[in-house]
Amino acid sequence: MEHYLSIAVRAMFVENMALAFFLGMCSFLAVSKKVETAIGLGFAVVVVQTITVPLNNLIYHYLLKEGALAWLSPTLATYDLSFLGFLTYIGTIAAAVQIVEMILDRHVPALYATLGIFLPLIAVNCAILGGTLFMVERSYTLAESVVFGVGSGGGFALAIVALAAIRERMRYSNVPEGLRGLGITFIITGLMAIGFMAFAGIQL
Amino acid sequence: MLRKLLDSVEPQFHKGGRLERFYPLYEATDTFLYTPGSVTAGASHVRDSVDLKRIMSIVVLSLAGTIAMAMYNTGLQANLSIESGSQPLANWQTAAMGAMGLPFASNDLIACIVHGALYFLPVTLVVYTVGGTLEGLFAQIRRHEINEGFLVTGMLIPLILPPAIPLWQVAVGTAFGVVIGKEIFGGTGMNILNPALVARAFLFFAYPAYMSGEVWVAAAPTAATPDAYTGATYLAATTVAGVDALQGLSFMDAFIGFIPGSMGETSALACLAGAILLIVTGVGSWRIMAGVTLGTIAMAMTLNAIGSTTNPYFNVPFWWHMVLGGWAFGTVYMATDPVSAAQTNSGRWIFGVLVGVLTVLIRVVNPAYPEGVMLAILLMNVFAPTIDFFVVRSNVRRRRLREVT
Repeated sequence: MEHYLSIAVRAMFVENMALAFFLGMCSFLAVSKKVETAIGLGFAVVVVQTITVPLNNLIYHYLLKEGALAWLSPTLATYDLSFLGFLTYIGTIAAAVQIVEMILDRHVPALYATLGIFLPLIAVNCAILGGTLFMVERSYTLAESVVFGVGSGGGFALAIVALAAIRERMRYSNVPEGLRGLGITFIITGLMAIGFMAFAGIQL
Repeated sequence: MLRKLLDSVEPQFHKGGRLERFYPLYEATDTFLYTPGSVTAGASHVRDSVDLKRIMSIVVLSLAGTIAMAMYNTGLQANLSIESGSQPLANWQTAAMGAMGLPFASNDLIACIVHGALYFLPVTLVVYTVGGTLEGLFAQIRRHEINEGFLVTGMLIPLILPPAIPLWQVAVGTAFGVVIGKEIFGGTGMNILNPALVARAFLFFAYPAYMSGEVWVAAAPTAATPDAYTGATYLAATTVAGVDALQGLSFMDAFIGFIPGSMGETSALACLAGAILLIVTGVGSWRIMAGVTLGTIAMAMTLNAIGSTTNPYFNVPFWWHMVLGGWAFGTVYMATDPVSAAQTNSGRWIFGVLVGVLTVLIRVVNPAYPEGVMLAILLMNVFAPTIDFFVVRSNVRRRRLREVT
C-alpha cells in the first residue's frame, strides 16, 4: 500500500510531468487561459493517462517484451518485438483518445466544445506518451502502472489548473508589451517549476 | 522649506516640462516626504488614511525587532564560534573589528552588535542599491510610480540570507527577485510570487554551496577544533540525529533566537512581537498565521504518531518546529504577503494550513532540504490563485442555491 502511495506522490509532485520534465508543454501553454477549460483538459489527461498506461503495460508484457510471446507457443519465446514499441503505444493512445472523444461528444457536449482541437491533440501529447515510456523504463507491474497513470495525469492536471488560475489573475497585471501572451507564460512556468522544486529529492 | 523646494521644481516634471521623463523619481520623493495631494474622493471608495505607504511603513516597523536581532545574533554567533576555537574569516569585516579595537567576545554587547552589523549592513546596502536602481529604471521606462513595496522586499531579503554570503550573489539574487519576480508583471501588487522568496529560492538553487550546510556562522572552523561550532543549523543536525541533536540547546535560546541561521530569522520572539503589531493594525492576515500554526501542529503531531525507525526527524515535536529555522519569520512576514497569498478569507485559512503542513512535510520527508518554510510558502503562492478560484466559485454556487430556495 505504502509502495503505491509513494508511486502516486512521486508521479504527481516530485516528477511532475509538466513542471519537472516539461512534457506536454503545447497543450499546457495553450489551454491554460481559463480555469474551466484547464480543468476539462486536466480531467481528460487523467482519464486518458489512466487508460493508456495500463493498456500499454499489458501490450508490453504480453506482446512486445523479449520472450513475451511465450504464452502463445514456446517456439515464439525467442522473439523480441520491443522495437515496435513507439508505433504500438502511439496507436493505442490514439485509439483511446478517439473513444474518450466520442464519449464526451455524446454525453458532455459543452466540455467537448470547449476542448475543441485539443482533445485530438492529447493523442500526440508528449506527456501521455512519456507516461507510457516511463512505465516501460521502470518496468512497472499492471497495478503500479494504474497508480502511475492516475498520479502523473493528476500532476499534469494540478499544474495546468494552477497555471490557468494564475493567468486569470494576471488580468490585472501590466506586463511589458514584448512579453505579453506566451512570453510571460513561459516565465510563469519557470517560476512554478522553482516552487515545485520543493519536492525534488523527496524519498518515500 | 522642503515643501517649497519640491513645489518649485514640480512643473519641470509635468508633461511638457524639461524633466518629464523623471516624473516617477519626483513623485516618489514627494510622496515619501508628504501626504500626496491627490486623495481618493467619491462615494464608491472606502476612505481610509491607511494607504500602501502606511501599510509598508507598518511592516518595516514590525521588522525592527528582527533587524536588531539580526545584527546582535550574527555577531554573537560569530564571536561564540571564535571563542570556542574557530578562526575569524579573513575579510575586511575582521580587519575593521581589529581597527576599532573590539574583541571577539560573546559577552561584549557592543562587539557583538558591531560585528553583526558589519555583515548585515553591507548586504542590506547592496539589496537596496541594486533593487532600488532596477525599480527606478523600470518606473522610468514603463511610466509607473515607484512603489513602497520595495522598501519591505528590500528589508526582507537580507534578513533571510546567511551572514557570510558573497555580495555579488546578493546583487544577482535581488536583481532576479525584483525583475523576474515582480517588475515583469507590472510592479507592486501585480506579481504572483513573493519577490523576496523568489530571490532566496533563486540563490538557494543556483548557489547551494553558499546557501546550505555550514554557512550560517561568520567564522571558519579550523582543523584543530572540529568540534567547535561548525556553523550548521540545528535543523540540519536534526535531520541526521533527530531530537537528540537538540540536547545542548535550551528552548528559550531557540525562542529568543540565539542560534545560528539566516541573519534575521532565528528569533521567534522578535517575529512574535512583529506579528502582534501586524495583527493589531490589521496589516497582516491573522487567518494565515493561525492557519500555518494549525497546519504545523497537526502535521507534526501526525508524524509523531506515525513515527519512523529510519528517520529520527519524525519524532521532533511541533514546538521545536516553530522555534527552529525560519518558521516564525516565514509565517509572520512571508506567508502574509497580501499580494501573493490567497485573497479570500476562507482561502487564507486553506492557504495557511497547507503552508504549515507542507513545511513540516518538506522538513521531515525531504532529506535534501532541512528547511522547508520558504519553499512551502513559494509553492503555495503558486497555488494561491487556484485556492481563490475555488473559494469564489463555491461562494457563487452557495448563493445561487440560496436564491432558488
